[in-house]
Amino acid sequence: MHQVSEMSSFSVKEITKIEGSAGLDVLIEDGKVTSVQFAINEYKRFFTQAMVGKPIIAIPQMLARICGTCSNAHLAASIEAVEKGFGLVPTEQTKLLRTLAYHGLIIRDHALHLFVFVAPDFFGKDSLLEFDEHDPKQHDVLHDAFDIKSVGNHLSILAGGRSVHAPFLMPGGFAKVPEKAEMDKSLEELKAIRPAVLRAIELFAHCPFSLVRETNYIGLKSDPFSYLEGELWDMNGKVCDESGYRSHLEHVVIPYSEASGYTFDGQIYRVGALARVNLNKDAFHPNTKRDAAEALKRFPSHDVHDNGLAQAIAILHSVDESIDILSNATFVKEPLQQIKPQAAVCVGVVEAPRGTLYHKYETDEKGIVIKGEVIVPTGQNQITIEKDLGEFIEAHLSMDRDQLGIECEKIIRAYDPCMSCASHFLKLKLREI
Amino acid sequence: MPTGKKLRIGWFSFSCCEDSTVMFAEYLNDHYQEWLPLLDIRYAKVFKSKNVIDQMDVAFVEGAIASPEQEEKLLEIRGLATKLVAIGSCAVAGNFSTQRNEFPPEVQEEIHFLLEKFHYGKKAKKLDELVTVDATVNGCPMSEEAFIKVLNDALVEFGVVEAPTKD
Repeated sequence: MHQVSEMSSFSVKEITKIEGSAGLDVLIEDGKVTSVQFAINEYKRFFTQAMVGKPIIAIPQMLARICGTCSNAHLAASIEAVEKGFGLVPTEQTKLLRTLAYHGLIIRDHALHLFVFVAPDFFGKDSLLEFDEHDPKQHDVLHDAFDIKSVGNHLSILAGGRSVHAPFLMPGGFAKVPEKAEMDKSLEELKAIRPAVLRAIELFAHCPFSLVRETNYIGLKSDPFSYLEGELWDMNGKVCDESGYRSHLEHVVIPYSEASGYTFDGQIYRVGALARVNLNKDAFHPNTKRDAAEALKRFPSHDVHDNGLAQAIAILHSVDESIDILSNATFVKEPLQQIKPQAAVCVGVVEAPRGTLYHKYETDEKGIVIKGEVIVPTGQNQITIEKDLGEFIEAHLSMDRDQLGIECEKIIRAYDPCMSCASHFLKLKLREI
Repeated sequence: MPTGKKLRIGWFSFSCCEDSTVMFAEYLNDHYQEWLPLLDIRYAKVFKSKNVIDQMDVAFVEGAIASPEQEEKLLEIRGLATKLVAIGSCAVAGNFSTQRNEFPPEVQEEIHFLLEKFHYGKKAKKLDELVTVDATVNGCPMSEEAFIKVLNDALVEFGVVEAPTKD
């Protein structure tokens, strides 16, 4: 049968309400999607090259500047790498303070994604800032958004000194520990915010969008769940300890993108909150498991849009664990452990808000960096995002092109991609031959 | 005291980690009820989809300029904004976004193919190397106190709120 080729195109110049930006170029030939190019058009700032020649002590705060929103995740990965490489063992107090700082990050960062980036789509609004104060539902979402973010922000400041590029966190300990009065204030805020977090779980349990595609999931697994420690697992079981990651991750050159793609044992996979809940749903805080029991039944899930629900549950876990820590801990000033210069291989692996984050450096005998590598979550999700978009577009070719662009944005946004070290435009270009 | 006018602003990010954008989102936690009635946000990709680059009272610009394409956009913004405020250390001083300028020749050689392929500028530049900057909010991330002062000054300067009386 003779195929009639039809030619048309549309473009969405900028995908908004994401961290940073990227580009999407789709080619359709005779009614089939033959190419999807999700390109992270990052203007690199060349941290991998810049870290070479620097003393190891300078690396954590330097690499925190890779990304504004997940800077404290880079800080945590880098500190872990330095401490493991140089034989420093953090005290129990340091571990607790880092956990608090990290929960502040998770609460603040996930709330930004859920409320500022995704929630407007639920209400057909362009922006959270346009929500109607006189509409009870929109009023609640608007106020919950800023209230939850605020609690996370204050917790980050309490433990880390600042919610971005936290100055108190460093290899060997903490520059400053929180005062009791500040801890009590944060504790009261955390207790008071639980109802708003439960409303967020309810909101995202009723997400009006769905895109189910089965794949594998990679992330740290531990019991109780930790963002900072654990073993690397996929959905079939343990893969390796943190230090063994490089023999499983394979770099994939994506010629049209400045960021690198990755496969894990040769397969594409997802990382992020969805992966974490799929792998760790039984290891969350008991109060989280009790109050989010209905929502947790949905996992393991292969619905990309359940990443939002997973983030909302993760906020509750962070609130509950922080309440426990602040209710029981007493913090005192401790001496900072010192780094003794030596040749070392340093590996740090954490669960950043958007997924598993790997830092690896090598130093010479003077403790000067001679080689470094940072593998970020969005790069790891890049290939699976393309796969999702390709399948979705092919199944919806009859959709109005403007609407198709909007739906593609929602899928990309669901992943909560972070391209802060990326360029600042995202072009969706669809070509049909 | 509000006068009924709104301050037309744009928020733009170039080459940086966007830490000041994150901080702006956090400052809104405490100030959104005060600020939103006073601001006409023309462009802020992090908060909205329907963005326009047109006449602005104040353009807040974060990040350094990494390419001719970014330079062109900055010039467009400068042409449309009565005031341009450099936000954060990369915009004000270059900071980590211009570190490639100082790489030794062998590292410059190593990264050259990327610069060519993705159309980077020969050097990354802080804002005042390219356009007139009317005010700066330094810091990595930006200083909260300095940002609020610049915003409050602009609200008075453009007649959005009345100047506070001195007594």
